[in-house]
Amino acid sequence: MRPRTLLLVVVCAGCGASFLSAADTVDFQRDVRPLLADNCFTCHGPDAGSRKAKLRLDVREHALKGGRSKEPAIVPGKPEASELVRRIESADENEVMPPPKSGKKLTPQQVDLLRRWIAAGASYQQHWAFVPPVRPPLPKVRDTRWVRTPIDAFILARLEREGLRPSPEAGKETLLRRLALDLTGLPPTPEEIDAFLKDPSPTAYERTVERLLASPHYGERWARWWLDAARYADSDGFEKDKPRSVWPYRDWVVRAFNRDLPYDRFIIEQIAGDLLPNATQDQLVATGFLRNSMINEEGGIDPEQFRMEAMFDRMDALGKSVLGLTIQCAQCHDHKYDPITREDYYRMFAYLNDTHEASVAVYSEEEQRKREEIFRGIRAVEEELRRRTPDWREKMAAWEARVHNDQPAWHIVRVVNAGDNSQRYVYHEDGSLTAWGYAPTKWTSQFTGSTDRKRITAIRLEVLTDPNLPLGGPGRSPLGLFALSEITVEAADPQTPDKRTRVKLASATADFANEEKPLEPMFDDRSGKKRVTGPVTFAIDGKDETAWGIDAGPGRRNVDRKAVFVLEKPLEMPHGAILTFHLKQMHGGWNSDDNQTNNLGRFRFSVTCADHPIADPLPRSVRNILAIPPERRTPAQIAAVFSYWRTTVPEWKEANERIEALWKHHPVGASQLTLAAREKPRTTYLLQRGDFLKPERPVTPGVPAALHPLPADAEPNRLGLAKWLVARNAPTTARAIVNRVWQAYFGTGLVSTSEDFGTQGEPPSHPELLDWLAVEFRDSGWSFKQLHRLIVTSSTYRQSAKVTPQLWQRDPANRLLARGPRFRVEGEMVRDIALTVSGLLNPQLGGPPVYPPAPDFLFKPPASYGPKTWIEDKGENRYRRALYTFRFRSVPYPVLTNFDTPNGDASCVRRVRSNTPLQALTTLNETLFLECARGLAQKALAEGGASDRDRIVYAFRRCTGRKPTDREIGVLLAFLEKQTQKFSAADAKPWELAANDPSHPPTLPTEIRPAQAAAWTALARLLLNLDETITKE
Amino acid sequence: MRTPPYFHSPAHLAARRWFLKQCGIGLGAIALADLLGVKAAPSGDDPLAPKKPHFTPKAKNVIFLFMAGGPSHLELFDHKPDLARWDGKLPPPHLLKGYRAAFINPNSKLLGPKFRFARHGQSGAELSELLPHLATVADDLCIIKSMVTDAFNHAPAQIFLSTGAQQFGRPSLGAWTLYGLGSESRDLPGFVVFSTGSKGPSGGNSNWGSGFLPTVYQGVQFRTGGDPVLYLSNPPGVDHALQKDTLDGLKALDQMRLDEVGDPEIATRINSFERAFRMQATAPDVMDLTKEPKHVLEMYGAEPGKPSFASTCLLARRLIQKGVRFVEIFHESWDQHSDLVGALKRNCKATDQASAALVKDLKRLGLLDSTLVIWGGEFGRTPMVQGGADGRDHHPNCFTMWLAGGGVKPGVTIGESDEFGFNVTADKVHIHDLHATILHLLGFDHTRLTYRFQGRDFRLTDVHGNVVTKLLA
Repeated sequence: MRPRTLLLVVVCAGCGASFLSAADTVDFQRDVRPLLADNCFTCHGPDAGSRKAKLRLDVREHALKGGRSKEPAIVPGKPEASELVRRIESADENEVMPPPKSGKKLTPQQVDLLRRWIAAGASYQQHWAFVPPVRPPLPKVRDTRWVRTPIDAFILARLEREGLRPSPEAGKETLLRRLALDLTGLPPTPEEIDAFLKDPSPTAYERTVERLLASPHYGERWARWWLDAARYADSDGFEKDKPRSVWPYRDWVVRAFNRDLPYDRFIIEQIAGDLLPNATQDQLVATGFLRNSMINEEGGIDPEQFRMEAMFDRMDALGKSVLGLTIQCAQCHDHKYDPITREDYYRMFAYLNDTHEASVAVYSEEEQRKREEIFRGIRAVEEELRRRTPDWREKMAAWEARVHNDQPAWHIVRVVNAGDNSQRYVYHEDGSLTAWGYAPTKWTSQFTGSTDRKRITAIRLEVLTDPNLPLGGPGRSPLGLFALSEITVEAADPQTPDKRTRVKLASATADFANEEKPLEPMFDDRSGKKRVTGPVTFAIDGKDETAWGIDAGPGRRNVDRKAVFVLEKPLEMPHGAILTFHLKQMHGGWNSDDNQTNNLGRFRFSVTCADHPIADPLPRSVRNILAIPPERRTPAQIAAVFSYWRTTVPEWKEANERIEALWKHHPVGASQLTLAAREKPRTTYLLQRGDFLKPERPVTPGVPAALHPLPADAEPNRLGLAKWLVARNAPTTARAIVNRVWQAYFGTGLVSTSEDFGTQGEPPSHPELLDWLAVEFRDSGWSFKQLHRLIVTSSTYRQSAKVTPQLWQRDPANRLLARGPRFRVEGEMVRDIALTVSGLLNPQLGGPPVYPPAPDFLFKPPASYGPKTWIEDKGENRYRRALYTFRFRSVPYPVLTNFDTPNGDASCVRRVRSNTPLQALTTLNETLFLECARGLAQKALAEGGASDRDRIVYAFRRCTGRKPTDREIGVLLAFLEKQTQKFSAADAKPWELAANDPSHPPTLPTEIRPAQAAAWTALARLLLNLDETITKE
Repeated sequence: MRTPPYFHSPAHLAARRWFLKQCGIGLGAIALADLLGVKAAPSGDDPLAPKKPHFTPKAKNVIFLFMAGGPSHLELFDHKPDLARWDGKLPPPHLLKGYRAAFINPNSKLLGPKFRFARHGQSGAELSELLPHLATVADDLCIIKSMVTDAFNHAPAQIFLSTGAQQFGRPSLGAWTLYGLGSESRDLPGFVVFSTGSKGPSGGNSNWGSGFLPTVYQGVQFRTGGDPVLYLSNPPGVDHALQKDTLDGLKALDQMRLDEVGDPEIATRINSFERAFRMQATAPDVMDLTKEPKHVLEMYGAEPGKPSFASTCLLARRLIQKGVRFVEIFHESWDQHSDLVGALKRNCKATDQASAALVKDLKRLGLLDSTLVIWGGEFGRTPMVQGGADGRDHHPNCFTMWLAGGGVKPGVTIGESDEFGFNVTADKVHIHDLHATILHLLGFDHTRLTYRFQGRDFRLTDVHGNVVTKLLA
C-alpha cells in the first residue's frame, strides 16, 4: 500500500487539491516533472542563462549525459549509480541538492519517488499540453441513462471511479435562471419562467437554449468574458489616463459572438485584420485587440520606452488569451520551466513589431450607407460633368501642362527639437518629424536646423498625415487637426550660431484654411477669451487668439496641407543659415490630462529662394499622381486628379457647389485605435533583460520550436502568426479557449490555471474531456455557440447545486462535478441583475460608453491625478448594462471593482471571486442599487397582484427565479408589516426612501399609500441583497 | 511562506468553515463574540484573519507617508555645500555618462542648494531649515540618504516604489503586508489609503492594488470628508433601525437558503453583511477628530472637519489604534520643475509639523515601537537646474527617505552621496532593498513571502533585494 499513499501526498503537495486520481505507477507528467520543476529547473532547466554546472534535467539526453562533471545525473534503472540520487540524498550541505540556501528541501517521500522513477527507467514524456490533442474514445460508464452528451460520459466515468454519484437534475426554475445568466448574463423574466414551466414538450429545454443563444444579449455576455482577456478599458492608463475611443472594438466583439464568428477567424481578425485582402472596416476595428495596451503620455517620458512596454503587454495578452501560456518570463531570460527561449520570445515579438499605432474613423451601418450615398452623388455629378464636356480629357491635360513645373524648388530644412523636452518627436527620413508622448495644450515648440542656401525668400511649413496620429493627423487633436497660433522664425550665421535675429514674415498663403470660426468647446481654456481659427494669415498676425485652422469638415479633415510664409525681405546669408522656428500653439484646452491638445502632429520645414512664392494650391496627393506618367495612372488616380481639377474650372461652379453641399452631410463617425502595418518593418532585437536600451542582436520573425511548426507557405508577417496561432495542429490554442468557457460555467477550468498550460500549470482534472472538447470545438468549425450547446445540454450542467456535508468535504471545489455549479455572479451581472429585475434596464446594444452614477470626488484631485470628466447620465443611458459603463483604468468604476472586475491593466483570464463587507455596502447603499429597489417596489405594487403575499411572490421571483417558500414569505411579510407601520408614523418621510426625487414622487396604484411604497422599497432592497439574487445556482 | 493558491480559494475557506460549523463553533458564536467586542479567535473563514509571519516581527503596523512627485533631497536632507560652489557651472562630463533625464538636457548648469542646513538632536542629523518640526524628532529617525530607484517618470517610479515593478498589475506593499499578516480589525479595512496632495498620485489606484493577489488585499480609499468609505452611509430614508431590520431579514432568508442548498459561501455572505453593518458604525467614529483632545490636534496642526495632510496623519494613528494594518497617505505635491523655493516652503509647511507629530504621538502612546513610519517619494531631483534658476528635474540615482519606529534604529543616518548629491557613494539602498527591509521588520523573509501566479512564485522583491541590516534596531 505504501506507493499509493505516497503518491497522494506528493500530488497534494504539488497542487493543493486532492481530486487528481491516484495511480500505482510513477507518472513523469503528473509526479516527476512538477517535482523537478519546483526544485531543480531554476538552475538545471531550460534557461541557459542561469544554468549551473552545465547540467540540464528537463531533457532526458542531457540528464543522462550529465553536466560539467560528466557524471551521468541519471542512469536509467540504476538509482544507486545516478548522481542525482546521490546528491539529493547527501548529508553534506555543500553537496546536497537542492542547496540549502535555495530554501527548498525534498521530503523523504519525494526522494523515494525519484528513486523509483529512475529504477523504472526514468522515462520522460513531452509535456501534455505541447502535444496536439487527439479525440479520445468515450469512456464506458455503468449508468448510461445519465449520459446526454459525450461530456457526461467523461464526467460520469470519473465519478464512478471515485465511487460518487451525480446529483439529480436541478429544478426547472433553477435551471432556467442558470441558463439565462450563463448565456445572456441576464435573469429570466417571470413570463419566461412561466412559459418554460408550462411547456411540457421534451425539447422545451433545448428550444430555450436556442432562444437564448439567438438573443443579442448572448453577445454582450460573452463579449465581456473575452474583454477581460483583451484587457479592454476606455482610457490610456498611467498618469494621464486620458479617455480613448475603443468602444467600436467592444461592439465588434459583441457582434462577433452574436454572429458566431468562428474562433479561428475571431483571432485572425483581431491580430491581423488589417492585413487581410480588402480589409473591411470591421476587420480593422478588430485589430483594436492588440491596441488595448496602456499608453503613457506623462511629461518627460521617452515614448519609445512605453511603446516597448505596450509591446510586452501585447505578447502577454497573446500568450494568456490565445496560447494559454505565460511567456512573459522569456522577455528577460529563457523560460525557467517551459521550453520557450528568450529568442523564441523576441522572434514572436518581431511579428508584432511591424505596426503603426494607428486610429481610423468608424462609421455605423447607417453612416456607411450615408457615405456611400454621398460618394455616389459626387460620382454622378462628376460623371455628368464629363458627359457634358466630351473633351474633358484634353482640357484636363492642358491644365496639367499649365501646372506642370509651376512650383519653385523647395529645400528641406532638417530640424531638431530645440525647445523643452516635454513633447517628443520621431524624426523621419524625409526630413519631417512626428510629435508623440506628452501633449501640452498651450505652449510654444521650437526647432532648429541649418541650410546651405544663401538666399531665402520664404519658408514652407508642410503638415503631413501619419498613421500614428489621431485619425491619421496631420494634427494631434482627437480629430487629427491642429491650430497654429503663431509662427516666428529666427536666423543665425553658422559662424555665430548664438546671434539669432528675428526674420519678419510679411505674408502667408496656404492650400487650405477653414473659414474663420470660434474654437471648439473641447479646447476651452477657461480664460474666457474668444479664440478663433481661420486663414493662415492668423499665424502671423501677432495675436495668440487667432490661429490657422485646417478643418475641412467630416471626411476631408485628415489630409496633407501646407502654408508658405514669405519673408518681408529676402534673407541673404553668405554662409548659409541656422534657422530656428517657433510654433506657438495656444489653441489647446486648460487640462493637459485630457484630450485637449491642438498641436501639430507631423510636419516639415523647407525654404526657397524664388520670388513671391505661394502655397501650391494642388494637394500633395494630386501632385504625387501627376508625377506618374499619364499612361501608367490607374482609373482611381485619374478620377482623383479629375476631382481636384474640376474645382478649378470656373464654368463648373454650380456643379462644384452641389458636390460641396453633398460633403456637408458626411457623417462624423467615431474613431478606433487599430494596427496598420508599416511599409518597412522595424528591426527587432533580442533585448537584455527586456531593456529596450540594451539590444543584443537582431532577430527575424519566428515561432517557438517547442510548439507546432510554421507552415512553409505562411505569410512572413502578422497574418502568418495569426494563422499559426489558430492552426489545426496548435496544441494549446483550442484547449485554452474551451477550458476558459468551461471555467465560466463551472467556476473552475478543467485546468484550473487557465492562464498557464505550461509545465508549472496544474494538470487537467479530466484530461480526456479537455482534449475531446478541444477537438470537437475545432472540428465543429470553431463554433462557440455549438460549444455552449454541448455544455448546457449535458446532464453534468443540469445537476442540482445542492451539496451535502459529505460531498463538500470530499470535493469542496467541485472539481469532480458531482453537483451543479453555484457561485456569486461576476460584477457586471450583479449590477445587470438588479437593473433587470427592477425593470429599469435599458437593453440597448452598443455605442459609446455610458456614465452611470458614481461618487463625483473620485474623478477629481486629490482622489484622481487629473480632473476627469464623468457627467452622470440622467436619461436612458443611466440604466444600460455594465458592459457599457465607461472604464477609466486609474479610477475604475467602484461598484464593479468591489466585485472583482479587472481594470484592464493586463490581460486577465481568471477573475478572483471575493465575498466582502464592501460588496455588502455597495448593494445596500449605492445610488443605482437603491434606484433599482424603488423600481422593483413600484413594479411589484403595480403588477405583482392584489395582496402583499402575491406581490412578495412576484418580487421574490423576479430576483431569484423561483417562488418563495411559506417560511420565506413569512419573514418578508413580517418585515413589510413592521416597515409599513414605521413609515406610517406622523413624522415619517416615506418618499425619502421611495422616490428618487421626494419632491416628485412616482405615481402609484391609487390604493397604495406612500408608507406602503416606502416599506415596499425597503423590502425590494432586501430582496436585491439576497445571496441568491447575486448567485448563479 | 509558499501558500498554494488553493488555500485562499473560497472553496478551501468554505471547507474550513464547514468544519467549524460541524464542530459546534457556529457562525453565531463567532458573530456573538464580535458583537460583544471580544476579539474572536481567528476563525479560519477569513483571508484577512490575523496570521503569524515567518519570525517575531518588530513592526505590526505601517504608516507610509508617500510624498509623491519626488521631493528634493538637496533642499531637505542631503546637504551639499560643494554644490553651492558649482552653482552655474556645467556638471563634469563623467557624471552624465549614460544618464537619461526626463525633461532637461542632462548637460545643464548645476544649481546650488536653496536652503540652510543644521545638525539636530543627539544624533546630529543634518536637516534643512524647511523641517523645523522634524528636527525635534531627529533622534527617532533613521534617515536613508542613499536611496536608488530604476525609473525616472512619475507613474512608473511610483508603481515601482509601491509594488517593486514598473509594470502595472503587481500587488502593492500594503497588499503584500495584508496577505502576509492579515488584519487585526474586523470592522475596518486592513489597508486604508488617503490622498491629500494637490492631486492624486500619478500611478493611480495601482499604487494600492492587489495585483494578482486576491482582491481582498487591496487598499481601500478613505476620504477625510463625507463618507470615509464609499457607500458607507445608509441611503436616504433608511435609518439605523431599518438597516438593522434589513440585515436581520437578510440573515434569516440567507440562512434558510444555506440550510436548503448547503453552500458555505452563503455563511460568508451573512458574515460580510454583518461586518458591513459594524463598519457603518466604526468607520465614522474613528474618523471623528472631535474626539481628540485639543493639545493633540494642535500638535498635528489638525482641525476637525477640515481635510488636510495634518488631520489625515492623525486619522492614520487612530486607524492603527483600531487594528488597521497598513495606512498610506499619498501627498502628491513634490514635483518642483519650477518654483522650487516657493513650493517647497509651502509643502513643508503643510507636512513637516504633522509628520513629526505623528512620530511624537505614536511614541507618546507607546505605539512607535510596533508601528513603522515611512516618509518618502518615488525619486529625488537633479542637482542640475531646470528652467531659469528655480527648478529641478526628476532624478533616480540618489534620494532620501526616512523611517521611524517599528524596529528601525533611531537617530541614525545611513548612506552617502557624492558632492553633487547625484550618485550614491556608500550604503546604496535600492527600492528592492527597502522592500526587503520593510518585510523583515514585519517578520518576513522577503524571499519566502510568495504567491504562486502564472506558474511562478512571485514576491514583492522579484529576484532582488537585501535587508539593510544597518538600519535594524
